[in-house]
Amino acid sequence: MNSSLDPVTLAVIQNGLTQVCNEMDLAFVRAAFSPVISEALDRSDGIYAAEDGALIAQGDLGLPVFVGTMQFGTREVIRRAKRIAPGDLYIVNDPYLGGTHLMDVRFVKPFFYKGELFSWLANTGHWPDTGGAVPGGFSANATEVEQEGLRLPPVKLFKEGEMDEEILAIILSNIRIADQRIGDIKAQAAALAVGERRLTLLLDRYGRETVEAAIGELRVRAEQQMRAKIEQIPDGIYRGKAFVDSDGVVNEALRIAMKITKTGSDLHFDMTGSSPPCQGPMNSVIATTRSSIYLAIKHIFPDVPINAGTFAPLHIEDPMGTFLYAEYPRPVSGCAAEVSQRIAEAVFAALTPAIPDLLFAAPAGTSGNFAMGGHDPKTDRSYVMYLISGGGYGGSVDGDGISNGCSTIGISKTTPIEIIEQRYPVLIERYALHEGSGGAGEHRGGFGVDYRVRLRRGTARASFVMDHGRSGPLGALGGSDGGVNTVVVERGGERYHPPHLSKDQGILIGEGDGVLVKTPGGGGYGDPMKRDPAMVATDVRRGYYTPDQARERFGVVLDPATGTVIEAETDRWRRARAA
Amino acid sequence: MTAPQPQQIVVGVDVGGTFTDLILMNQDGGDIRIAKVPTTVENQAFGVLAALEETGISLDRVKSIVHGTTATTNAMLERKIARTGLITTEGFRDVLELGRRTRPRPYGLKGSFRPLIPRELRFEVPERMDADGQVVIPLDEGAVRDAVRALLEAGCESLVIHFLHAYVNPSHEARAAEIARDLWPNPYVTAGHQILSEYREYERGVTAAVNASVQPVLDRYIARLCAGLAERGYPRDLLVMQGNGGTVSSTIVSEAAVNTVMSGPASGVMAAAFTARSAGLSNVITYDMGGTSCDVGLIRDGVPEVSSELELEYAMPIHVPMVDVHTIGAGGGSIARVNDAGILQVGPESAGSTPGPICYGRGGAQPTITDANLLLGRLNPTALLAVDNPVSLDDIRAAFGDRLGAPLGMSPEEAAAAVLRIANDRMAGALRMVSLSRGHDPRDFALFAFGGAGPLHASALAAELGIPKVLVPARPGITNALGCLVADVRHDYVRTVNAPLDGVDMAQVRALLEQQIAEGHAVIEREGVDIEELAVLHSADMQFAGQSHILTVPVDMPGIGREALQTAFEAAYWTRFEVSLPEIKAVLVNLHTAVIGKRRAVPLNALAPAAADTGSEAVSRRRVWFADGWHDTPIFWREQFPAGREIAGPAIIEQLDTTIVIEPADRVRVDPDGNLIVSVGDAPEGGAA
Repeated sequence: MNSSLDPVTLAVIQNGLTQVCNEMDLAFVRAAFSPVISEALDRSDGIYAAEDGALIAQGDLGLPVFVGTMQFGTREVIRRAKRIAPGDLYIVNDPYLGGTHLMDVRFVKPFFYKGELFSWLANTGHWPDTGGAVPGGFSANATEVEQEGLRLPPVKLFKEGEMDEEILAIILSNIRIADQRIGDIKAQAAALAVGERRLTLLLDRYGRETVEAAIGELRVRAEQQMRAKIEQIPDGIYRGKAFVDSDGVVNEALRIAMKITKTGSDLHFDMTGSSPPCQGPMNSVIATTRSSIYLAIKHIFPDVPINAGTFAPLHIEDPMGTFLYAEYPRPVSGCAAEVSQRIAEAVFAALTPAIPDLLFAAPAGTSGNFAMGGHDPKTDRSYVMYLISGGGYGGSVDGDGISNGCSTIGISKTTPIEIIEQRYPVLIERYALHEGSGGAGEHRGGFGVDYRVRLRRGTARASFVMDHGRSGPLGALGGSDGGVNTVVVERGGERYHPPHLSKDQGILIGEGDGVLVKTPGGGGYGDPMKRDPAMVATDVRRGYYTPDQARERFGVVLDPATGTVIEAETDRWRRARAA
Repeated sequence: MTAPQPQQIVVGVDVGGTFTDLILMNQDGGDIRIAKVPTTVENQAFGVLAALEETGISLDRVKSIVHGTTATTNAMLERKIARTGLITTEGFRDVLELGRRTRPRPYGLKGSFRPLIPRELRFEVPERMDADGQVVIPLDEGAVRDAVRALLEAGCESLVIHFLHAYVNPSHEARAAEIARDLWPNPYVTAGHQILSEYREYERGVTAAVNASVQPVLDRYIARLCAGLAERGYPRDLLVMQGNGGTVSSTIVSEAAVNTVMSGPASGVMAAAFTARSAGLSNVITYDMGGTSCDVGLIRDGVPEVSSELELEYAMPIHVPMVDVHTIGAGGGSIARVNDAGILQVGPESAGSTPGPICYGRGGAQPTITDANLLLGRLNPTALLAVDNPVSLDDIRAAFGDRLGAPLGMSPEEAAAAVLRIANDRMAGALRMVSLSRGHDPRDFALFAFGGAGPLHASALAAELGIPKVLVPARPGITNALGCLVADVRHDYVRTVNAPLDGVDMAQVRALLEQQIAEGHAVIEREGVDIEELAVLHSADMQFAGQSHILTVPVDMPGIGREALQTAFEAAYWTRFEVSLPEIKAVLVNLHTAVIGKRRAVPLNALAPAAADTGSEAVSRRRVWFADGWHDTPIFWREQFPAGREIAGPAIIEQLDTTIVIEPADRVRVDPDGNLIVSVGDAPEGGAA
């Protein structure tokens, strides 16, 4: 260890760096306009190394999928940056330059301490719209990135502290609901300014040399800690698979083949055998593919702090020639929200047999994007409504999965029904548990959501980017898969089922028409025939399952009159099933 | 019966986790009595009555008793709640189970959530209001009756009626409640809008469900206590503390039982506000550190900050206005360990009170913050390590050496110093986040330290945060009981407006506020509490169009106007974010009114400890560790500090319920109320980072 560094200073600087990021996160989220940022917390702030953008620290409540991407994105900005000065600020959303999808707009700012470049500060926030074919950016059948919206290479939006009004005008001329974006831009820039002030104080107090030494040491320590965790996994080769329903254009499932080789304290990830690049927007840029693996590992070992060292023991082969390594001009809007979650699911599936006590059956794993754009004749205004929803989580050694958990890559709250109905001409007629959707298991999966929306006035176009419509989230250790995602559009008295099940775009609906969505349940964990029959009886009493499902899925026979377990018949059923 | 005389005796009694504290005083300042008895967990009333008995006061001489209870908090946390049923809008019975779910922790996909009302006790009836308050589907009254009967049959004791958009048009909810009350055998029927008339169906529904779930629990408890008091000759009404920092008559407390759920920490903040005001400090951060956690609150311009967005636990929002107290998971029992990365970590695991710190001798083996304080001489070893105690200072030293010192290459004492440094750093960071998230810079505040461990860390923490002044009250151990004594009667009202400011009918706003005031006055009249004057506070929750977060700004009633609101909001926004947005319209979201019945102030200086006859010399000296190393440090008793005395650090001042550490660079003086005012001398430039 560096001589200027005692263990106390090290711990205190670690805390201090995270605190700087937490304060940036807080400033951003409280001042933001985009509900995706302020309510869904779809944002992240961090500090990155001066030379290569390596992650130094990130806020505790940053969006998980940005865990890995931001250092790649910052690195690309550094490569392209010329003549940087204090007060400069780059804006960039190019997915191929270390990004996710176009809606995730990154602000990247060089941080100078006493006139010298010390590090970079960056944040990402999900803007509600960045132009393109459909409001919100999730065009389910785009075939080129140009259809997905405005793509910005790193450009200086602020030059030495002054906003470039011309660049701003270009941006605002190319996106929807532009009038509120100035609020987000100011919030996003103000958050980095908070970071500058706080980091300066930290450096003033401990000195540049000590802080630099601590950053180096913390990186080593995080790696050491991650290696200690990985050593719990027995050496070996582990394989997992996951499927994306379709790319939205060609109606075929996309396969993710995950081979994980564990030797010593290293993990190697090989995705050879995954599907080739696809025509629709389910391609994943490499930064997102890597980040998805990072966040999956972080979900398994949640208490390892995040910096560049954390992920040093993870070695990821570039999955060239697959849809997980998207190159220009492949459309990518679905990668951050959906494909990332399938990648994580493949990692979970691979490692569950190796460390069953640490893992869990698959969670619903979809962001459940339902966007509807239309015109309200009563207010004579156009609107874009977004509904996101959760689904069931998988069972684990600790117990049943929770119902309506948020997406694997997010930490978002759903918008209250009362707010949706205040803002848009809709009536939500049902918001309920997706009964029967929890995968059967000794510890069952949690349940998805079952909702119905009716359009009250005017016409609108509905779009969906969801997943797990073909097959439900995987069960583990003998547990069953969770229930699938379904979408039905009721228009003019007919029921329309999207051919791609979970993805569609621009479906025209009119007054009185409805949209019905059921989101996936979580996978079951362990043999359902071992579930305590009394718990199955409770589940039936609560209407989570029907008596038939209790018998078929759990081998539990209930007295139709009292709802109590008939033990003799249950034994007989369970024995017959085992035989 | 004693001779008739004007009743001037007032009593505050607070039930804490371990002790029930009582303070009694004559409003003229004489006759102070303090009692401390063990809390009786199963029925807190026994402890309360025992504390009263200990004072020896004849209850017919008592003018008022104000009671802070954790009965409802405990009921919620342990889920020892009433069997409660729900009747709600058709299609929405699962709102209370689905919530606006996230997950318990950002990383890790495990964890659990149990709704307050299980699904089989959640019934739906046909009815629907839209967001404008227009009826879409009329209320099916027959279905309400059927549901009520079914829930009674299912053994429910309490009932919640919660309909969508009832905040804008409560007529269906009110009618359904009326029907239910005709059939329900007890008064435990909660209509959501009566507890909270604010949009967001999950938050409003949970708040109503919490109310119903604890109503019978609170009612039974209060009835038992009142009966006990009456038996002992107390002829008047009992007042109960609420989470908003005000009191309410026991006769109506259970109507809005949810208001008492977070009342414990509120009384501490009320006492702090009262004491600080008297000491001339108007901006104060309260810091109450106990065995497992710290409670932090903010007082601005003499008024405790109130929030309506607190969560009791994961996904359990309680959205009634409450004193904004934030709990940080660091206390005397927080465990120090060296993690996988070889980094020293303090908390979040706690040894609690069993096994507790090593020094308790209850089998605790892991070093804690309290043990570190002991090893460094900041706590008195002879006081903590009792004679019958199997643990010695050497045992503690050995634990610090083996578990922390060896892996870190430090001596046991160095390791203990490191534990304190890191613990203070973490607490300072958390305090910063608490003040920042409410838009304040901690350097503009004084630190009010209480609780068993607060005054032990306060000066170091203040230095870390750049806070210039620390106040340690005369009796830090009974701050919550004092809070009961000084609290006013208070009732809060919230109403959602949610319209762009330029479209709001200001006459209607004024009418709404008038209505809230009238409601408050009516309730206070019904309570019949003896008050000196009525006061009213208004505030408005505002945001820019398109935002979802709100900022609360104070409102002056007679002069309320569109421009004044716009200006106040823009100014608050600038202060908070340094962002101005002239291009975007402001929205008026909610209107708040607090109606306050001021009780007669108690003379604080009566609390100042009587001067002891031990003189002013240090009673002993011992080696104490400070940031700059060991100091031979004088040890005093608190009784040696009459008003006006001033000394320089380093020093340790001990009193029965706490230990106060004065850092070497600090000075301390005693103010006329007996508070210790510490001037912090060694604030690092710019505060903590």
